[in-house]
Amino acid sequence: MNRFKSVILPPLVPLVAITALAEFIVRKGIVKSYLLPAPSSVLRAIIENWGELTRAILSTSASALIGFLLSTVVGISAAILFSSSRPMQRAFYPYAVFFQTVPIIAIAPLIVIWLGYGMRTVVTAAFIVSIFPVIANTLTGILSTDPALRDLFRLYGASPMATLFKLRLPAALPQIFTGLRISSGLAVIGAIVGEFIGGQGIGSVVDVARTQQRVDKVFAAVLLASALGLALFALINLASFLTLRRWHASEK
Amino acid sequence: MPGAALCLKNVRRAFDPAAPVIHSLNLEIIAGEFLAILGPSGCGKSTLLRMLARLDTPNSGSIQMNPTAPSTAFVFQDAHLLPWRTVLDNAALPLELQNVAREERHKKAREVLAQVGLAEAEKLIPGELSGGMRMRVSLARALVTNPELLLLDEPFAALDEITRFNLEVQLRDLWRDRGMTVVFVTHSISEAAFLSNRAIVLTRRGGGIKLDRTLTLPAERTNTLRADPRLGEEMSTLLEAMEEE
Repeated sequence: MNRFKSVILPPLVPLVAITALAEFIVRKGIVKSYLLPAPSSVLRAIIENWGELTRAILSTSASALIGFLLSTVVGISAAILFSSSRPMQRAFYPYAVFFQTVPIIAIAPLIVIWLGYGMRTVVTAAFIVSIFPVIANTLTGILSTDPALRDLFRLYGASPMATLFKLRLPAALPQIFTGLRISSGLAVIGAIVGEFIGGQGIGSVVDVARTQQRVDKVFAAVLLASALGLALFALINLASFLTLRRWHASEK
Repeated sequence: MPGAALCLKNVRRAFDPAAPVIHSLNLEIIAGEFLAILGPSGCGKSTLLRMLARLDTPNSGSIQMNPTAPSTAFVFQDAHLLPWRTVLDNAALPLELQNVAREERHKKAREVLAQVGLAEAEKLIPGELSGGMRMRVSLARALVTNPELLLLDEPFAALDEITRFNLEVQLRDLWRDRGMTVVFVTHSISEAAFLSNRAIVLTRRGGGIKLDRTLTLPAERTNTLRADPRLGEEMSTLLEAMEEE
């Protein structure tokens, strides 16, 4: 009960207030319903289009998740490679930054030209926007390993592999999870952008509803997309908690 | 295992060629002795220790060791444990890195943990230990390979006094049981006098030897020795050499 009052209740208050306010101003005609749909009509749109929306969100989830997993695997591997030598880092890191700065909406049409319409394009878009935070955070984590412990591993003749897996990667886990948290939200955004241009899923539902002036359906789709982002974020948090709770201050 | 003997000849180490940390050091470390190295901050104590551990090499001069590559252990100022591992797996780490089988390394780790009084704590992780207990684990980790040369870099500096007193007695006992060579770097005069059989005081700059003294205290050292006037005498000799610097 106490936990309900202190943790769950506070964020619920603005939610209820804003929803009620939106319902009120739309019903009173202060704001036209074709600009802002009343929350009740968004709810109705979700129920009426349930089949279409669930198919769409499942498709978006799959693409975002695959893009995110690719980012995790490729990003951590790239960071390990960069950390292995200075010249390697100098040669390739600037191009990794490219993933951070590329305007995905501008190159999405290019991806469609290369990969065609469908999931491959959507996954690629999700991957491109979500990989950089994994690389940057993992690299920082690996490079900031305690120098005394590195000395200790050298003293006992540890192989580079043993140093990587028994010291550098575990020590970098808190930073790796920080990267994954940022990256998970970006993967969902990337997938939806990809779907706008070249795929099916929540992105294309939004695009079609927009051309039909169905603002209530746009809102319904956006709500589900946000829920997907939140769910992925919660999943990473859970994994981080289970991994780090015993030893790292961030999860105590 | 018998201790290692070391002989340093004209050792020079400079990170900046104009201002060598160690200018030209000659030092003989006898097998099985407990040597304390005293000196003000920045006098090159830690640099010297890293060279003895073969983690760093001199720019010129030589360091001869007998045996040529003695098994060496290093204890840092802080415990530097792996926070995700249990006490047992931290103590067993050096053996693990040397690919000793799991059963064998756990057996040895339990032995050394018992010797430092941590037999009950093997399942805990570092975050659940006090500072003194963490340092004990660090000591156990250093001893688990049965080193011929044990190097310690101000290991007890961050601990409260009573914990430090007890750990000093324990370290001294461990040394007497094992016969390894110990090189102990500290800036504490009382610690150097209480622990060592021989103490050297380094000069403020250039890593020269200001004083090289063999102490005349009894081999058995317990906390009662701390109030002994003989310890006080040794301390004033060391203090005098430090002050002239």
